Amino acid sequence: MRALLLRDLRLAIRAGGGFGLGLAFFLILAVLVPLGVGPEPDTLALIAPGILWVGALLACLLSLDRIFALDFEDGSLDLLATAPVPLEAVVSIKALAHWITTGLPLVLVSPVLGLLLFLPAEAYGWLILSLLLGTPALSVIGSFGAALTVGLKRGGLLLSLLVLPLYIPTLVFGAEVVSRGAQGLTVGTPLSLLAGITAGAVALLPFASALVLRINLR
Amino acid sequence: MASLWEYANPLKFMRTTDRLLPVVAWAAVIVTAVGLIWGFFFTPDDFRQGSTVKIIFLHVPSALMAINAWIMMLVASLIWLIRRHHVSALAAKAAAPVGVIMTLIGLITGAVWGQPMWGTWWAWDPRLTSFLILFLFYLGYIALWAAIDDPDTAADLTAVLCLVGSVFALLSRYAAFFWSQGLHQGASLSVAPGTRIDWAYKAPLYVSMTGFGLIFLALVIAGTRTEIRARRMKALVARERMA
Repeated sequence: MRALLLRDLRLAIRAGGGFGLGLAFFLILAVLVPLGVGPEPDTLALIAPGILWVGALLACLLSLDRIFALDFEDGSLDLLATAPVPLEAVVSIKALAHWITTGLPLVLVSPVLGLLLFLPAEAYGWLILSLLLGTPALSVIGSFGAALTVGLKRGGLLLSLLVLPLYIPTLVFGAEVVSRGAQGLTVGTPLSLLAGITAGAVALLPFASALVLRINLR
Repeated sequence: MASLWEYANPLKFMRTTDRLLPVVAWAAVIVTAVGLIWGFFFTPDDFRQGSTVKIIFLHVPSALMAINAWIMMLVASLIWLIRRHHVSALAAKAAAPVGVIMTLIGLITGAVWGQPMWGTWWAWDPRLTSFLILFLFYLGYIALWAAIDDPDTAADLTAVLCLVGSVFALLSRYAAFFWSQGLHQGASLSVAPGTRIDWAYKAPLYVSMTGFGLIFLALVIAGTRTEIRARRMKALVARERMA
């Protein structure tokens, strides 16, 4: 399993394209929003939590179809499905690899983008914490969507239509944590709900993804 | 003792619904017409809302059926996944477009009522928002059905999507309630004591709710029959090609 994780990480970093593309997208979004909305610090500070969370969501979405599609095309997914490692574990590892190459970098650059959007100083900690807690759910939910659409020719657009509604609870609670943090309110409730969604998704969704993959590989 | 599962046999289903469908369809037309005409023309105007109150006879039944259609799809998907009855999967497929239309009717009538009453076509109220989210879930479900060629794979994948989607739709609903304070009133109909609306409105409302339920039933039966026929036709074409 560690070999699989290292293989996926190496492929993501060396094959080019996927890795870093999400980050660049996140950066562009943070640049485009002030250009569209106007440079007033007050307005930007107000919408910064939502923009950062929506940006993270969309950046995550970009690289989802790569989770299974490449392995499906060259047949290695069939080998993985018949390997002694359970498919549920394979799915979890692939989601983890996706999180390390997409979610984690997003978390790390988010404070810089917060600076661009005049995010209030009190909110930085909550921004990092909420993204750290929330992005694993994005990867796991996304891997379910990727598993659903793996066999399709033009799955990309369908993938977004399927996955984005599933992201709604994570987005609501994640952005709520940051905006409450920015106003200096207590954030315990949305933070624990966010963590709960992540924990539930990480624990249960790999089973659904593996089931769907088996159907698609049939 | 006849079991419900006998209707999982497409032949038996077709034979029964052949007789059932005209009855249900006509009942749907008559009951809905009675409910709506009674509601629109023979109820008094509300002393504060005026005649706009009468949109309730479209709004509430369609909203009710929008949610019930998803629940029916959930049950049908479970039956397909557990017992592999094809009729069940096809019924779930047939219910989705009806559910979408019901959701749209609910959203549009709500907007039409909200414009004079709240002064806005749309508000990011939790009830309105969760309905819009339900609409998105329906779209995803239908798009997945349309995207996959193999009927059994499509049935399997959409069934799993329906199960997972139900959980997230429910989560989104509570998230929406957490996220914003509501403008929409609470439930008007409830089994809890304390009258919220007068019988002058309640009676025609119940009639049109029954009518919408019958419409849904008739459309799902008709849709399922169409799907079964389409499946048979495909089998015939395939057999022709083999020979």
